[in-house]
Amino acid sequence: MEINATQHPMDKYLRADRIPHIWCPGCGLGIVLNAFLRAIDELKIDLDKLAVVSGIGCTGRIAGYINTDSYHTTHGRAIPFATGLKLANPEMKVVVISGDGDLFAIGGNHFIHAARRNIDITVIGVNNYNYGMTGGQLGPTTPLGARTTTSPYGNIEHPFNLCHVAHAAGAVYVARWTVLHAVRLKNSIKEALQKKGFSFIEVIAACPTTYGRRNKMPDALDEMRFYREHSVIKHGIDPAEANIEIGKEIIVGKFVDIEKPTFNDAVEELKRKVKKK
Amino acid sequence: MTYWVEEKEKNVHGRVYIIKDRCKQCGFCIEFCPQGVLKQSEEFNAKGYHPPKLVETDEKKCMGCGFCQMICPDFAIFVEREEEEDGKK
Ligand code: SF4
Ligand code: SF4
Ligand code: SF4
Repeated sequence: MEINATQHPMDKYLRADRIPHIWCPGCGLGIVLNAFLRAIDELKIDLDKLAVVSGIGCTGRIAGYINTDSYHTTHGRAIPFATGLKLANPEMKVVVISGDGDLFAIGGNHFIHAARRNIDITVIGVNNYNYGMTGGQLGPTTPLGARTTTSPYGNIEHPFNLCHVAHAAGAVYVARWTVLHAVRLKNSIKEALQKKGFSFIEVIAACPTTYGRRNKMPDALDEMRFYREHSVIKHGIDPAEANIEIGKEIIVGKFVDIEKPTFNDAVEELKRKVKKK
Repeated sequence: MTYWVEEKEKNVHGRVYIIKDRCKQCGFCIEFCPQGVLKQSEEFNAKGYHPPKLVETDEKKCMGCGFCQMICPDFAIFVEREEEEDGKK
């Protein structure tokens, strides 16, 4: 017999009075939150040394559910806020968890420049191919041909390949998983958290409510089955070759893992030089 | 397989815990359990969803892999592993 319980082992990291959370049945965001909490649990990260920042959107709610210092910024501004936190207090682990629309549309410039400067933060970008919270509009990651409320005849715009953007802008760690790869995702988050510099993980997640039902996957389970049948792991591949296209396999894996001095390192170095003079 | 050192094999099972009122009936735990030990129950929770339950036939079939607790988006299911020393197979 299964046993009835009232508390979950991850409740210690959650604002448990807010659970059940607001996300739709089968929404991938709960899996991302769970994977993140298990990663900090396994790494035994001190919650006093962890800050989670998010922007606006369904993903933006993640920060509010985690029982640590968390901040829900204005639309697109999670990364500049996180940059300030990290520079003011380099002891902190600073993580941005936000959606594709927030990070790559209105927040796109912040993303590329934080990667370019190699700010020592981890960005988890949840990509569900549309603006879920506001009713399923087209965004910069909507695949070519996909139907959304603002592209009823199919999207005519070429989407960003987020991992390629991150790599080209200079991120030291780049990986992509779907929410079905929950265990690999958790392990990847652990790696990214331990990595010095700008690390980026793209998580492909189902949004059955506003995206899936307009794209022949009305049930979250349809999308999860699609991930099972059509994703292939290709570690180390050039992210430029990992575009996301309708009807094609989803390439996942760890694409980039390099070392480079961080912005904090450069600031310290500069301070030493200036003091010598 | 026989090794030159005789080792006791541990038999690992899982105990499945369900927080019924958190379940939103996405069906992930049922679909992706590698042992197929979960199914949808008939009962309704507070929000009108049917939470999962264990298939009655084989209580010990759950091997405690923990995939259900990784894939549940709602913090509604978790597993505790139990090890039994069954001796050599
Ligand atoms: S609208 Fe989409 S992203 Fe938002 S909670 Fe629902 S399924 Fe999740
Ligand atoms: S722990 Fe593994 S085997 Fe047991 S119910 Fe969960 S998924 Fe199935
Ligand atoms: S994965 Fe969680 S929410 Fe979905 S059916 Fe199973 S227990 Fe319910």
